[in-house]
Amino acid sequence: MCLGIPGELVEAVGDQCDLAVVEVSGIRRRINVALLADEGLKPGDWVLVHVGFALSKISESEAQAVLDLLEGIGQAYTDEVDALRESDIS
Amino acid sequence: MRFVDEYRDAGMARALAAEIAARCEPGRRYTFMEVCGGHTHTIYKHGLEDYLPETVTLAHGPGCPVCVIPMGRVDDAVHIAEQPGVILTSFGDMMRVPGGRGSFFDAKAAGADIRMVYSPLDALKIARANPDRRVVFMAIGFETTAPSTAMTVLRAAAEGLDNFSVFCSHVLIIPAIKAILDSPDMRLDGFIGPGHVSTVIGCEPYEFIAREYGKPLVVAGFEPLDILQSIHLLLGQLAGGRAEVENQYARVVPWHGNRVALEAIGKVMRLRPHFEWRGLGFIADSALGMADEYAAFDAERIFDLPGIRVADPKACQCGEVLKGVLKPWECKVFGTACTPETPIGTCMVSSEGACAAYYDFGRFSRERVREATRS
Ligand code: SF4
Repeated sequence: MCLGIPGELVEAVGDQCDLAVVEVSGIRRRINVALLADEGLKPGDWVLVHVGFALSKISESEAQAVLDLLEGIGQAYTDEVDALRESDIS
Repeated sequence: MRFVDEYRDAGMARALAAEIAARCEPGRRYTFMEVCGGHTHTIYKHGLEDYLPETVTLAHGPGCPVCVIPMGRVDDAVHIAEQPGVILTSFGDMMRVPGGRGSFFDAKAAGADIRMVYSPLDALKIARANPDRRVVFMAIGFETTAPSTAMTVLRAAAEGLDNFSVFCSHVLIIPAIKAILDSPDMRLDGFIGPGHVSTVIGCEPYEFIAREYGKPLVVAGFEPLDILQSIHLLLGQLAGGRAEVENQYARVVPWHGNRVALEAIGKVMRLRPHFEWRGLGFIADSALGMADEYAAFDAERIFDLPGIRVADPKACQCGEVLKGVLKPWECKVFGTACTPETPIGTCMVSSEGACAAYYDFGRFSRERVREATRS
């Protein structure tokens, strides 16, 4: 839950300005991006996702570093990604 | 220094370790607290304590949100789950947290409808799909997750959902740090400040720690090098007689935090006069409840709660571990009666709890040290 998972913004969700599709560890999920309303997000940007919400915009290299770190921690990360996989935000 | 080679930036780590040692005054001992459970995890996982001079000690702080939920709060949530028509939703981390009458898993096995969700928005979706049920979200976490809960409530209000509510158990990091600073049994020289919480609250709220308590704080990232670098910065401040707030994690943490997130919290939630923390007792102004304007979404007002208070088990020393006074392995039941499979205390439940992190990695690291000193 405390783990922030890096995701790459793929597209905004058409009629819902708060939602966007991100790709996280090879899976695509909808997340809420309203907390980054000030950031002018666009496809290709990387964000840290906490419990379905993008909480900070990060650089691609930072995203890669975080991913390496998370993959190294094993089970807790797998659990978090599994939870995300089950998630179906709308 | 033989384990440093495992790092991506082995050269950097080696150089930092040497500089840390050089910055330590001979004969002086230093204790730094890493407030955040994510840092605790990195420290044990990479055996970072092995790279520090003997005179530098890391104390683990209260920053694991699952660890600080008191038993009675779990029992209250189970009581809600047992009411007719209720679906209780919660993050996976909560499921094994022991209450006085068992965990969420136990309640689920006994027939309560308790579901794990990844996001409060998933709970909202369950509420939409089940208009004849009452869906309650057990909201836990520090300022990192509070904005998500707040945004979800705003969404529920906008949609006019009347079967969704929140059992708000969000806690705040600043009062916890203050309680530790005021606690007589703790001598700290500085803090490794939490990373993700700070993306929301920014760095300014920590300034009183430097100003009023004369202790430096460095907001840190989660990689091994981030933590070593932060310790280096803390030692630099102490050597120069300074106490300031520094931001080592500026690549993610903005100095002023996240405006939208803070506004959402401010709108939907209000400060509780006091809240019970596991092992730390009642702390004033330390948690968030639902604001009056959003009473319709407040599980505490919708359900008649027993407000159970349960004393921690006698064997449990989580309080001391959460304050950094005891190391996990110094607890009498560590690794024997209390393990991640059968936790007695909360610090053993979440992977960010000091006991679980140490159980998973610490012994491994200590064995490696022993091996290394033998060879
Ligand atoms: S070993 Fe168990 S009971 Fe002891 S402090 Fe850790 S979690 Fe608490």
